[in-house]
Amino acid sequence: MKEYILKRLAMLVIVLLGVSLITFVLVRAAPGDPAVNLLGQHATAEKIEEIREKYHLNDPIYVQYYIWLKMAVKGDFGRSIESREFVTREIMERVPMTLELSLIAMIIASVIGIIAGIISAVHQYSAADYGVMIGALFGISMPVFWLGLMLMFIFSVKLGITPVGGRLTAGMELERITGMYILDSILTLNGTALVDSIKHLILPSVALATIPMATIARMTRSSMLEVLRQDYIRTERAKGLSERAVVYKHAIKNALIPIVTVIGMNIGLLMGGAVLTETIFSLPGLGKYIADAILAYDYPVVQGFTLIFATVFVLVNLATDILYLYIDPRIKYK
Amino acid sequence: MKKEWKWMGLLIVAVMVASTLSGCISEKEETPAPTEAPGKYGGTLVFGSSGDAVRLDPADVTDGESIQRMDNIHEGLVQYDGGTTNIKPCLATDWTVSDDKKTITFNLRKGVKFHHDYGEVTADDVVFSFARQYDENNWYHDKGNWSYWGWMFMDIESVEKINDYKVAIHMKNPNSSMMTSLAMFTVCIVSEDAAKDYGEDYFKNPVGTGPFEFVEWVKDDHITLRAFEDYWDGRAYLDKVIFRVITDPSARLMALQTGEIQGMEHVDPSQLAIIEADADLQLISQAGMNVGYVALNCGEGYVDANKNGKWDAGEEVDVPGAFEPFKDVRVRQAIAYAINKESIVRNLYKGAASVATQGQPSSLFGWNADIVGYPYNLEKAKQLLADAGYPDGFKVTMWYMPVSRPYFPTPTEIAEAIQADLAKVGIEVELFTEDWGAYLGDTEEGEHQACMLGWSGDNGDPDNFLNVLYGEDKATVGSAGNVAFKRNEKFQDLLDAALLTFDQAERAAYYEEANVLLTAQCSHVFIAHSNQNLAFLSTVHGYIIHPTSRKFFYPVWLEE
Amino acid sequence: MTEDTKFKRRTRTQDTIRQLKKNKTAMVGLAMLLAIFILCIGAPIFAPHGPYDADLDRGSKPGFWSDDCIPGYYLGTDYLGRDLLSRILYGGRVTLSVGFVALGFALIVGTSMGMSAGYFGGKIDSILMRIVDILFAYPALLLALVIAGTLGRGIDKAMLAIGVVYTPQMARVMRGAVLIIKETEYIEAEHAIGSSTSRIIFKHVLPNSLAPIIVYSTLMLATAILDAAALGFLGVGAQSPSPEWGLSLSIARKYLVTGAWWAATFPGVAILLSVISLNLLGDGLRDALDPRLKGGAKL
Repeated sequence: MKEYILKRLAMLVIVLLGVSLITFVLVRAAPGDPAVNLLGQHATAEKIEEIREKYHLNDPIYVQYYIWLKMAVKGDFGRSIESREFVTREIMERVPMTLELSLIAMIIASVIGIIAGIISAVHQYSAADYGVMIGALFGISMPVFWLGLMLMFIFSVKLGITPVGGRLTAGMELERITGMYILDSILTLNGTALVDSIKHLILPSVALATIPMATIARMTRSSMLEVLRQDYIRTERAKGLSERAVVYKHAIKNALIPIVTVIGMNIGLLMGGAVLTETIFSLPGLGKYIADAILAYDYPVVQGFTLIFATVFVLVNLATDILYLYIDPRIKYK
Repeated sequence: MKKEWKWMGLLIVAVMVASTLSGCISEKEETPAPTEAPGKYGGTLVFGSSGDAVRLDPADVTDGESIQRMDNIHEGLVQYDGGTTNIKPCLATDWTVSDDKKTITFNLRKGVKFHHDYGEVTADDVVFSFARQYDENNWYHDKGNWSYWGWMFMDIESVEKINDYKVAIHMKNPNSSMMTSLAMFTVCIVSEDAAKDYGEDYFKNPVGTGPFEFVEWVKDDHITLRAFEDYWDGRAYLDKVIFRVITDPSARLMALQTGEIQGMEHVDPSQLAIIEADADLQLISQAGMNVGYVALNCGEGYVDANKNGKWDAGEEVDVPGAFEPFKDVRVRQAIAYAINKESIVRNLYKGAASVATQGQPSSLFGWNADIVGYPYNLEKAKQLLADAGYPDGFKVTMWYMPVSRPYFPTPTEIAEAIQADLAKVGIEVELFTEDWGAYLGDTEEGEHQACMLGWSGDNGDPDNFLNVLYGEDKATVGSAGNVAFKRNEKFQDLLDAALLTFDQAERAAYYEEANVLLTAQCSHVFIAHSNQNLAFLSTVHGYIIHPTSRKFFYPVWLEE
Repeated sequence: MTEDTKFKRRTRTQDTIRQLKKNKTAMVGLAMLLAIFILCIGAPIFAPHGPYDADLDRGSKPGFWSDDCIPGYYLGTDYLGRDLLSRILYGGRVTLSVGFVALGFALIVGTSMGMSAGYFGGKIDSILMRIVDILFAYPALLLALVIAGTLGRGIDKAMLAIGVVYTPQMARVMRGAVLIIKETEYIEAEHAIGSSTSRIIFKHVLPNSLAPIIVYSTLMLATAILDAAALGFLGVGAQSPSPEWGLSLSIARKYLVTGAWWAATFPGVAILLSVISLNLLGDGLRDALDPRLKGGAKL
């Protein structure tokens, strides 16, 4: 077990080197010039040259990579060319927003997805089953950005019950502790801000939750169906356990594995979804920030972010794999 | 990316811009005149901005978003008078110009306080605010990019402290446009003590003397300012101004309709009708000091080998995007006739613009009323193409901007409309775009066959349009302002002569003649001059729209 | 031997088709997909107008549901006065072909990678799988964005970007399939009689791993279309005046508030319908071709 984890961590190093190298080559091969981007229309040639020097943009690419790597190893990803802020800081400032959004989306997706999937499986071929499956089909087929727009159009424009975007009504007081507004308003016992921040977050998190919710519902249903057919479940039934007890006690536990997988796999998807959701709902999160940085050729930011994300991704996947061990004792890792 | 402030090198030799401007800028204000009932104190104004600020250091910003926040925090020696580009005293109470016109001496206002207890403004702060930009030995010099100094203030040799309340600006040559330039954001006064405390992070902790002081900045979300109680000219009406970032124009309008914000910038033309129909909203608009055009690459670029800033025989080089058919003036004119500018203004600008007949807006002197331009005429266009030897048209790539700018609020739609128009005379247009930074760089290199670009004027002088955008000296491959790369010696001579002329009527005559030449050569197809549009709730009063698009919230007040 | 395999394969194919025919969802999906294909491929026949026929003065007019409808413009017009229905039909050709080309790229590169890794094992396997791991560690949409940013804007670049993003998934699926087949007895038998590697791969491994590949391809095509639209929406995919669905939606979205909701709604519906049909077909194929994959994870 220990060996397995160590081996996986060693692989992390390889993955990180690979990710950083690929990103480095890709963003630097891009046609844009961050110096021109920074200085704007009619910048003087001297100024552009000065900026290029300052950010080592004139050095050969392997020298640039070496300089960057040397710093990155120490945890220093340099400063953003655009804002001149430390990349790590820029990213950390935006993490709480995206984390809050993703967590809520994931909670919505898991709770509704699992419940819907179980109902669907237990009452196979019922109207409820078909309803869930058709809903899930729409869920995985819907373009996130379109759904977001439609939600906003219906609930904000037509019905006027949700705010148009942003995180909090401007001017509302809220002491920021974690940067996650819902949590902050609970911590500071600020009821108004709590209601307000939930209202702001509801549409984006529903938009973001749709695909994982549909996937989880489908997965839960099929793995529940499989489990319910297993011998030991039949035994349990034969032993005279109530159907409810059978379902909740054993089946759910066994159906959890594929669900954990889906959740683990979905962080990449959530990040992609966050780009679109944050763009539509004007949320100051990481997704939109990174997308903008990519399009503005802000090398240090793209570089730092991909590395941080890759680390998180690999660790989450490792965590899910370890989680399997606890859910399913039959699994053994060498 | 939002770089709409392109102050550039106006080396106007002797033009009293300030005095000539009044009365030249037409205003269509719908806000009550400032003389109306005195305002009410109190309240918070949330303003919907289209993007976040990049930095709040006045000398180190280039984009409209940073400037609109920074402008309410910082002030310069002089300021604009209301909605004009005339100058009035601000941190300086008065000034004198030396006989050789090379030194301006300012008397500073006494007792002006910086925000956040940073004490009184002294000559040291003024010297610091300037010197950090031009003096390589200044301790703060390497902490900023100072992008605009090179374009606007190169004539300043040094700034000298005479005593605590007196400073002198020494110039290399006389430059009478300098006074107007001193109202620019670039030379606003910052506190040297604050700069010492915050160092490189000053841009996140701005300390100025303006009517509002900085409170907080939540990246990509909002920036909060509050009224500065000790403001030298009396406290602002508003308690707070919050700039909220709402990038999507529809979301901005929705937020305004629901009252989440009280004002917004960059109104999309498609929203004008809705705003005008809504009694709770008001539209504030003004004929814009801008022009949007399609530049046709004629390939007459040069490289300024001897660095004299002028084209000299022998300096010509190839322009990569030079397009053979455009070398024939008839082809260029055919394109001008074939683009239905009237329809574009009517349908895509929703009437909030005027069709451009020449290269500068009509609000500036030098505009020639006799020029009719190229009104839509398919027959004439076809005839001209046939005469030029292209009866079946040709294929060409036109670049369109990836971002909206005041002159082209909806560049994609306008590009598509132009494409459809030109298809009718057999010209097959392929559209191309790239990231804004790359777009600017590549068009200056002359990579395009044709491109859409434009200009928002900075100080209301025609030279700010005609010279920088169309002058033959600006056809420098690599840093071109004239992206049609069409040289015209006679045109340039007129501009040069105008700069040496002190009499305004005489100057205007030069520009009027230059405009005739420019329109005839048709290297740029002028599309429109777009209005500047802002929307507010009708409970917002006192906002004065400024032709340079800068935004000042000092006089604004809210009804209950 | 050859006779035998041929016979065997034919029955298997027939078997699959029979299975598929019984599967109602698959048939519904197939029917929808065919209808969409026919309509889009036959756009020049079915579309009432040209996709680029603009007339600004008839811009943003509603469709059949309104009295303001211009006769012949059933779904209304967009901001340039172009017929929305025609643009959607023509746009389908673009959006769907992005999906197909991207998938084709992922198929060719991904299956070769997966097959080599699975079949040869050892060093080749570790190297190829590390590359796959690396590519997997990017959020898909952001990787596509980085690639598209590097290559520049445009539909061809978007195709390639999405193709690269889907390659590692394809490689993993293929590798898994090959590993299972490799262990089977008849492959061992082929080895025993001295068949060449290429013969084994092309005659046995490839045909036998087709089932999961077909299933995954169908489902992947569905997500590729969504991603193509997302790139169009973010401005790096198809470029104006292409009638591509994501791009149309992106440009038209600002008209949602100002009343012209149709221009942003119908391209979205078109994306939704095509992706639904592919998902239906994919689910059905999975049930018919490879019962083992039933309910498997879909990325």
